[in-house]
Amino acid sequence: MAGLAESGGSSSAFAPARLWLMLPSWVLIGFFLLLPVLMMLIYSFLTKEFRGGVIWEFSLASYDKFFFDRGLFGDEPPRIEWTYLGIFWRSAWQAGLATLLCLLVGFPTAWFIATRPARSRAIWLFLVTVPYWVNLLIRTVSMKFMIRDNGPVNEWLMALGVLDAPITMINTNFAVQLGLFYSYLPFMVLPIYAAVERYNFALSEAAADLYASRWQTLRLVVLPVVKPGIVAGSILVFVPSLGAFLAPDLLGGAKNWMIGSLIEDQFKGAAGNWPFGAAVAMVLLSIVLIVLFLYARSQNRVSG
Amino acid sequence: MSPIARYPGFLPVTILCLVILYAPLLVVMVYSFNESTSITRWGSFSLVWYAEVFSGPESAIFKAAAWNSLIIAIAAATSATVIATSAALAMLRAGTFRGKTASFALINLPLMVPEIVTAVATLIFFSAIGFQRGLLTILLAHIVFCIPFAYLPIAARLQGIEAHFEEAAMDLYATRWQALRLVLLPLMLPGIMAGFLLAFIISLDDFIITNFVKGAGIETLPTAIFGAVKQGIKPNIMAISTLMLLVSVLVVTASYFLSKLGNHNS
Repeated sequence: MAGLAESGGSSSAFAPARLWLMLPSWVLIGFFLLLPVLMMLIYSFLTKEFRGGVIWEFSLASYDKFFFDRGLFGDEPPRIEWTYLGIFWRSAWQAGLATLLCLLVGFPTAWFIATRPARSRAIWLFLVTVPYWVNLLIRTVSMKFMIRDNGPVNEWLMALGVLDAPITMINTNFAVQLGLFYSYLPFMVLPIYAAVERYNFALSEAAADLYASRWQTLRLVVLPVVKPGIVAGSILVFVPSLGAFLAPDLLGGAKNWMIGSLIEDQFKGAAGNWPFGAAVAMVLLSIVLIVLFLYARSQNRVSG
Repeated sequence: MSPIARYPGFLPVTILCLVILYAPLLVVMVYSFNESTSITRWGSFSLVWYAEVFSGPESAIFKAAAWNSLIIAIAAATSATVIATSAALAMLRAGTFRGKTASFALINLPLMVPEIVTAVATLIFFSAIGFQRGLLTILLAHIVFCIPFAYLPIAARLQGIEAHFEEAAMDLYATRWQALRLVLLPLMLPGIMAGFLLAFIISLDDFIITNFVKGAGIETLPTAIFGAVKQGIKPNIMAISTLMLLVSVLVVTASYFLSKLGNHNS
């Protein structure tokens, strides 16, 4: 372990070749991600052409369409357009609830794993992470299969006598939250686990000596210390949930659109409005970058 | 661990967590062996749906899709691993240099941009420069988002190897290239293989970006499965899912043990 800190970054045996060593990453990611994002920014200010495509003419129409409603013929005084803001709001709400669900299940799980003997910890962690590597589409389809009207969950609940008749879970907001929860749960467990593993349990003992109950200790002593892990986990779940496509599309149905479906519809679906799709994607990217920026800034403040 | 660390109720939640994670996958696996054509009723144990996958009416589509997926995953993971290994050497064995922070941010950029945004941006880019969409566009997009996943285990491994190794080699008149090829790369091998396997899985897993940048008529397994699922979940989909699931679990387990193997040496 000592070698980790010593050798990392300090050796410079390959310093003369560093330009060549970095070049492939710069070319690939610069050319096929950075440049495309800039191109998308430009496209969001272009004029749409009928059925896909764009006309190279500057226009604010896409952002105007996103924020303002000017009536059917575009000649009324602008009012706030709630359709797309509503989809963003619903996405944030769904992603937020999924994050909360992940936290409620993920925190006790992470705590439980971190307090196992070192040998069995690795096995528990492995068990929690394996499903993440199973194809997301397959996991989402499996969830759809589980919770459909005459699926196993309804059958089990009826067999147990909890339900008299099957309840509809598919195509509801709950199904979307469950799908997002299922997709990103390990992202919550891992950072909290890392934080709890570093936690000094002498603090809990001190609290207990001073007559704090277990739950008081958890709330007043443990939570403030492991908060960075909780925040990191929440961001890791919230950010991909916000732009998710598969869970809302397969589990939410047509009535429960999220941002991902709105964007997809502009390119692959019926809407066929590329500049508008680019604008919606820009808004999503901006929100995500702001969240990440605020997070990075709060991290810097913590570490001094 | 001291009893103070024990909270009643945390074990049941952990078990609930594992049940939620595994139950849907296990149920799909079990139902893939169901003889009945109805996905709701259990008939008897049978392999008909596996036979259907390999020789049924849709088998040609799935076979072509599986080949595309495999070729792209191998090519993308190989390229990403080479690029990530080279980047890890620059980040950890080349001292400090101008643009190092920016380079690190760049390597991680694919993790920060939401997938759907990457998909849209890449589609717009290829369309704007008039690049015919097909296997090559899928491959290029896959290499980009595989780089950070390959980078993580490779950099972690390299960080654990002390600099004395290549310094000793170079003191004994090995050239820089010889020190890399004969000393450092063999030591990095477990990390490089783990990185390759993770990149392979990530490429095999991708649906959204592939769906945007693929040409008409070209499918990978996830896009083919998505198309089929839109018509309803049929038992043959469960058989394919089970096969893919097993591949993922095998590859991840291999990657896990490779990373562990690495830790023992350093």
